Amino acid sequence: MGDVSIFLQHLTNGISLGSLYALIAIGYTMVYGILRLINFAHGDIFMLGVYLTFYGVIYTPLPWWLVFILAPLLTGFIGILLEKVAYKPLRGSARITILISAIGASFLLQNLGIVIFGGRPRAFPVPQLLNHVIKLGGVSINVVTFIIPAVSILLLIGLTYFTTKTKTGLAMRALSKDYETASLMGIDINRIISITFFMGSFLAAIGGILWGSRYPQLMPLMGAMPGLKSFIAAVVGGIGNITGAVIGGFILGLGEIMLVAFLPRLSGYRDAFAFVLLIIILLVKPSGLMGNKVTEKV
Amino acid sequence: MLEVIDLHVNYGGITALRGINLTIEENQIVTLIGANGAGKSSTLRAIMGLVAKSNGKVLYKGEDFTNLPTKDIVARGIAMVPEGRRVFADLTVEENLILGAYTRSDQKAIANDIKSVYDTFPRLKERSWQKAGTLSGGEQQMLAVGRALMVNPKILMMDEPSLGLAPLLVKDIFDIINILRERGNTILLVEQNARKALEIADYAYVLETGQLVLEGPGKTLLEDQRVQEAYLGVAR
Ligand SMILES: Nc1ncnc2c1ncn2[C@@H]1O[C@H](COP(=O)(O)OP(=O)(O)OP(=O)(O)O)[C@@H](O)[C@H]1O
Ligand SMILES: [Mg+2]
Repeated sequence: MGDVSIFLQHLTNGISLGSLYALIAIGYTMVYGILRLINFAHGDIFMLGVYLTFYGVIYTPLPWWLVFILAPLLTGFIGILLEKVAYKPLRGSARITILISAIGASFLLQNLGIVIFGGRPRAFPVPQLLNHVIKLGGVSINVVTFIIPAVSILLLIGLTYFTTKTKTGLAMRALSKDYETASLMGIDINRIISITFFMGSFLAAIGGILWGSRYPQLMPLMGAMPGLKSFIAAVVGGIGNITGAVIGGFILGLGEIMLVAFLPRLSGYRDAFAFVLLIIILLVKPSGLMGNKVTEKV
Repeated sequence: MLEVIDLHVNYGGITALRGINLTIEENQIVTLIGANGAGKSSTLRAIMGLVAKSNGKVLYKGEDFTNLPTKDIVARGIAMVPEGRRVFADLTVEENLILGAYTRSDQKAIANDIKSVYDTFPRLKERSWQKAGTLSGGEQQMLAVGRALMVNPKILMMDEPSLGLAPLLVKDIFDIINILRERGNTILLVEQNARKALEIADYAYVLETGQLVLEGPGKTLLEDQRVQEAYLGVAR
């Protein structure tokens, strides 16, 4: 085993973790783009997605692949519900009020998780197909490490198509810049907001399934850390910008894995990496890597 | 066709409109003139449902529009060119036009209308793939007008469409307004350029600090001494 193959192994691990952060970060950034709201409950939506999948696979006769599709869809609808209950009634209120509601929604979901799912960790039922080790030139890698980025990239392509080529995608981009003029186009703002929450939650649930396939331990608080790091990824990339969220996710994932791999003495600071990066970005380029250029003419 | 009855608008403590009445007949050009802050934009915005009406009614062909959400008002064929262009800077010219047709689903007619907007404003055609934010101010104004036309509106409301345009383009805008009327559209025009507006208007209203002070056929108001002094810069 040469240094190159070890490096490649770390690289695939980093890309894999990075695409998970990216999938979750997209939800933060899309919602922020439309509502200028940091949806603190997003990490808990991710957790719900994983649990729904867990229960679907264990307790229903449905085949796992069908559950892997249905659970994210259901999570998407929970996202819509979250917005209607926790955010819509406060639309037009001060931002701090909505932020507090977001934090409250997060606590509520976490504690509901503990009550309903129990505090005891569960094991995610990883399908055999995703969970076997292959050998590539002396390196053994779990196929899930490849599947994660592959699925993520497919979803990103779909998302890019949606935002650039469909009428609803255009409406979403218009809405994120100018509510009033968007409504003058006849755009149904509530509908677009619902679609935004649906998509963000759907992607978070897919991220959750992939996450569970790789780190198969389920806990009601499992959304907190990935949620926080993905939020940081979104800020690093420039919150509100989807491409930025993806780039931020990969930087975070790769950085974290490489830190542990090459500076093992610092491996205890694994989680701190994200925060250090956040502080650096906020100091150097507060609007994030892909942060908004101003093109408005006065 | 469109009737505004006793419209009041408040912004917090500020009263912008204190009871105005407008009647807009089908296939007419109606203009609303007044000094800065008189409440012209507030009138249009209230009709579109963009600001809350604290009192009053809006009727369109007998249907009560007062509490209709903006998207439904647009879907029924009322479009507005907002004050200050407000194009979607991050979207291309063509995407802006496509969004103008958001409530429509007749793909063929939409494609045709995009073509006819490009015929009207060849500049926009040359720049169809450019981000709207990179257009000049005048080009953005053309886009704002073109985008509203994409609604295929029965009533088109324009809030200072000629603002910041070179004289030649101002003429273009007024020509378009005339063409639209010939095609059967109805126009409610808010203008700083009071003379031009009164010249083409079938009917005109003069607004002062939230109240109507004068109304009548455009030609009549052009002759009116008070209008001449206050809005046309004619010395006594
Ligand atoms: N969002 C707002 N909040 C508070 N006051 C407002 C708001 N919009 C307008 N106003 C006030 O309402 C009054 C009418 O404003 P409006 O924009 O309707 O005037 P206007 O006739 O369109 O003026 P202009 O020719 O300058 O465009 C003004 O006194 C203005 O300051
Ligand atoms: Mg105005």
